Amino acid sequence: MTKKNKPKLIREDGLRHDGRRPDELRPIRMEVGVLSNANGSALVEYGRTKVIAAVYGPRELHPRHISLPDRAVIRCRYHMAPFSTEERKNPAPSRREIELSKVIREALEATIFTELYPRATIDVFIEVLQADGGTRTTGITAASLALADAGIPMRDLVAGVAVGKVDGVLVLDIDQVEDEYGEADMPIAMMPSLGKITLLQLNGVLTPEEFREALKLAEKGIREIYKLQREALKKKYVEIKVEE
Amino acid sequence: MASEDKQVKIHVTQRQLVVPGELLAEGEVEVGSPLIYKIDNKYYSSVIGLVDVQENKLNLIPLEGYYFPKVGDLVIGLVIDIGITNWIVDIRAPYKAIMNASDALNRQFNPIQDDLRRYFDIGDYVLAKIALFDRLHNPVLTVKEKGLGKIVSGKIVEIAPSRVPRVIGKRKSMLNMLIEETGCEIVVAQNGRIWINCKDKQFEDILILALKKIELEAHTTGLTDRVRNLIKEEKAKRGLS
Repeated sequence: MTKKNKPKLIREDGLRHDGRRPDELRPIRMEVGVLSNANGSALVEYGRTKVIAAVYGPRELHPRHISLPDRAVIRCRYHMAPFSTEERKNPAPSRREIELSKVIREALEATIFTELYPRATIDVFIEVLQADGGTRTTGITAASLALADAGIPMRDLVAGVAVGKVDGVLVLDIDQVEDEYGEADMPIAMMPSLGKITLLQLNGVLTPEEFREALKLAEKGIREIYKLQREALKKKYVEIKVEE
Repeated sequence: MASEDKQVKIHVTQRQLVVPGELLAEGEVEVGSPLIYKIDNKYYSSVIGLVDVQENKLNLIPLEGYYFPKVGDLVIGLVIDIGITNWIVDIRAPYKAIMNASDALNRQFNPIQDDLRRYFDIGDYVLAKIALFDRLHNPVLTVKEKGLGKIVSGKIVEIAPSRVPRVIGKRKSMLNMLIEETGCEIVVAQNGRIWINCKDKQFEDILILALKKIELEAHTTGLTDRVRNLIKEEKAKRGLS
């Protein structure tokens, strides 16, 4: 499939179409505890991509027969708001959203001590408010913050970022344009303290060398995001300073 | 701090704020909390909380999270449903609690003659203890001890269950101070519901203010004194004291 009017993704000076270096993240903003009804919540922005996550539970699971006797069931819904894209998105869950809900659930399940809450459920809602590429990884980052905010015991925070190949160059944290016209897109999520990968998808073609290179690039980006995650979590408490 | 035989390295300081996945210590240390987990001699935190470091002992006080039932805990439940021989009680845990009619009535119980609503109706608060609970069964409550039963007076204040230890304080220091300063009766249940019974509305309002302050500032130090000052100020403002 060839695309018409492909923009120049790597400029003459080696920078990307938005002026970032190939290994540079978009500006990231994180906020924890943005919803009061949820047990835990977070809002995360990667550039123009904006995602809100809410966590409920552990709580009783209905209908009962889907509960598990030895651990909690994690239910995850990834959803894009109708206004998140340039053209209105049908709010009904699409095939893509159902699949992403599943892979995100699996990326988060690895970190949660589900065995502590048998017969219960933990519900994770991820709502994309504005989409500009990398929504699943932004969603994972937000959901893991929301889980921590809900006080659910977990092995580590999960942070995600996408690496792509555009005009033959490996770039970190690709946006919508780079995803659309690039040659490859590889979203990755990790538990950085433990050095474990919980999500890895690849759309497009990379050589084995490029793959290794991309993985390294992603890890670098994830560590940066991880640092921001920890700061965002602590900020909620540090802000409540008291006059001595 | 470290014992020489097995290189112990503690990476955190007393009352440090930690997040999930944060490395707390390496080597052999004593762990006093199920919220600290271990992988190959390394200890990590699993929740957001404050660490308590004492010699070779690590403890973690969580700052968020649901109440998790434990046998013997004192809880304040809210009756939400009535069955044929039991009540279903909300105790703010991941599981609904059950209170059996035979236990509450303290005698043989006949479902045809007795109407359970006459004893506990939907919406009633009940002070109870957890009699039974394990991974396979929902918690079962009992009211068979002295002081337990339906709550008929006073008010219920809800705070986050993770703040309960702070409201009680070390050796009940905070709780005793609250009782002393306001003259109210206070029962702090483990699930974050607090029963208060005051002689007048003014003291009740002050006490609720104090409890909300404790909830908000639970992770800070020197809280007892600040809360005491708050109560004194509020009392002066209202012409009490």
